[in-house]
Amino acid sequence: MPDVDLIEGFRDPVHMKALAAIIRKECTRQINIMEVCGGHTHTIMKYGLPQLLPDLIEFVHGPGCPVCIMPKERIDHAIALASMPNTILATLGDMIRVPGSKSSLQKLRAEGYDIRSLYSPLDVIKIAQDNPDKNVVFFAIGFETTTPMSAVLIEQTLRLGLKNIFFHINHVSVPEAVDAIMSGGDAKIDAFLGPSHVSVITGYKIYEPIAKAYHTPVVVAGFEPTDVMESVLRIVRQINHGKAEVENQYARAVSREGNLKAQALVETYFEKRDHFRWRGIGDIAHSALKLKPAYAAMDAEVVFDDILPKVLLDDHKMCICGDILKGRAKPYDCKVFAKACIPSNPMGSCMVSSEGACAAYFKYGNLNLKGAKA
Amino acid sequence: MSTKILLSHGGGGEETQSLIKNLFFKHFSNDILLRLEDAAVLTMQSEKIAFTTDSFTVSPLFFKGGNIGKLAIAGTVNDLSMMGARPKYLTCAFMIEEGFEYDKLEEIVISMRDEMVKSSVKIVAGDTKVVPKGGVDGIFINTAGVGEVLKEGISAHALRQGDAIIVTNEVGNHGACILATREELELQSELKTDCASLWKSVEALIDAGIEIHALRDATRGGMSAVLNEWAQTSNVGIHVKEADIPVANEVKGICELLGFEPYEFANEGTMLIALPQCEVVKALEVLKRFEETAKSALIGNVDDRFEGKVVLETPWGSERFLEPPKGELLPRIC
Repeated sequence: MPDVDLIEGFRDPVHMKALAAIIRKECTRQINIMEVCGGHTHTIMKYGLPQLLPDLIEFVHGPGCPVCIMPKERIDHAIALASMPNTILATLGDMIRVPGSKSSLQKLRAEGYDIRSLYSPLDVIKIAQDNPDKNVVFFAIGFETTTPMSAVLIEQTLRLGLKNIFFHINHVSVPEAVDAIMSGGDAKIDAFLGPSHVSVITGYKIYEPIAKAYHTPVVVAGFEPTDVMESVLRIVRQINHGKAEVENQYARAVSREGNLKAQALVETYFEKRDHFRWRGIGDIAHSALKLKPAYAAMDAEVVFDDILPKVLLDDHKMCICGDILKGRAKPYDCKVFAKACIPSNPMGSCMVSSEGACAAYFKYGNLNLKGAKA
Repeated sequence: MSTKILLSHGGGGEETQSLIKNLFFKHFSNDILLRLEDAAVLTMQSEKIAFTTDSFTVSPLFFKGGNIGKLAIAGTVNDLSMMGARPKYLTCAFMIEEGFEYDKLEEIVISMRDEMVKSSVKIVAGDTKVVPKGGVDGIFINTAGVGEVLKEGISAHALRQGDAIIVTNEVGNHGACILATREELELQSELKTDCASLWKSVEALIDAGIEIHALRDATRGGMSAVLNEWAQTSNVGIHVKEADIPVANEVKGICELLGFEPYEFANEGTMLIALPQCEVVKALEVLKRFEETAKSALIGNVDDRFEGKVVLETPWGSERFLEPPKGELLPRIC
């Protein structure tokens, strides 16, 4: 093992300060950069990057948090499924915290329903094997990063012949969401930080149409603070030269084509939905996946269709998450931010998950916020 | 086949007596306990007595560097120590799930005995309940303790402008170790809990005549919870430098994998100390004599910039608030 520190090596203060100095020197105009992924929002806030950068650079926090963009009616699906007798509902991360129209999975769990928050989707196999007389519903969420894990779980479920595993698929896709934000023409975004882990799977080729259509540079960036700083510099340089290209800063993990095996596995089991409603943005065509009809027997939306609520639920009128996601407003522009809308009682999508823009602002506080009231 | 704890062991009859004699008395033996009265009668040397209780539930029960028994002793010893009190006497109550393995119970009891030796404390009263399968998760332990207050005035209210903040070990080891040991994760790690009794090092600080304003072991909620509580209680600002906070590389790695912060992870043998700047050199010199506090470091100071808030400064000079931890720790999705 070579002597490389994979954590501190990307957090070296000398490099951070040097990058900041170059960016300050070279940046001459206002640049609004959307970081699409919630992971980048956290890097930016946690490491106080706006304080290092010139005021001309503004981060716009994008729709890349799979928990935040889940519409309430689909959370109600999870709650309806988990409330069925003899059922275990399994999902990832802070999905269990998010309130639907009446309750959350966390509250339901406290009432005695069996709800599991997993570290890996493959844990579903063991749960199903240990509970052969129960139905196990996997509430699958996430962008292109987590879709292959769901595909592997489906493959294994079929191979082992497990009949008690069902899938509620909520996998969504980055390019369509970015396109939806930009195509309205009212978004104030000059460039994008491309997601890290999504791009490992998809390759950076998926951003080429966006760079071309909207004349915006896209730099695929790693999650470490020096990654983000270097990517910002690359954006500044592209803009200074009038370019709008896709660049790959995260070359240690991302290629143009991506992980072809994972892509093939996803193709095997999934197809595009006609529409998917994104919380805070609305209906976006072809922006999510569903199981192919051949796998209907394990599709919870087919098998348990009769118990799934069908009413669409919108957020409170006061919530401005839609504008935040388009770069037209900041969390502190919202009248209910940190007052009526807090992480333990979110009113809108961006406060829901720890990766949401409002939640990140709430957690890391106004020291990072340009123009924020102290 | 291994011996199991049965409901009859908690029934109060012959089996209960044999469990008490053959296990608890064998390892916890002392004059006061062996008198077998309804309550222990204690003699204390100081007028002021510190008194505390804590219940211990942990999954898994056994982990690298300790188990629930060691936690149950060190936890209560530390709570007393944090008030400047010499821990003297403990009580101990076991709630055991029917079917629990006798050998495991004995291993827990032996760790408790070994941990008590380090601070010269005694268990002087106890109770055992056995509950039907599913009533508890293996075993729960409650300990209560009393101690003689040797140094008065140590308090979360006592932080002052200009105070220095010291942390006595790497932060987050216990929380990360417990996570890594959970079966769902299957992480291979050499990471050990920091679980330790802190009385010896606190006593040495007191003996050295060092002025201490506040002491707190950073258990649930970690370093972040303690510093925020201090900032709010004393209505001061606290400024800490990330570059100076000791965090083990493995803990950083686990945090990166799962999206956690080491500052929010529980510790079981790591304390924070607020004291005047002029005492820092002497305090660090004393603390470094003890294995459990050998990695002590000065991490920050008290100021008046943001009252009631904790500011974390990055190695490159930018700042953010270190918010107190909220809700359940849930791993990140991708």
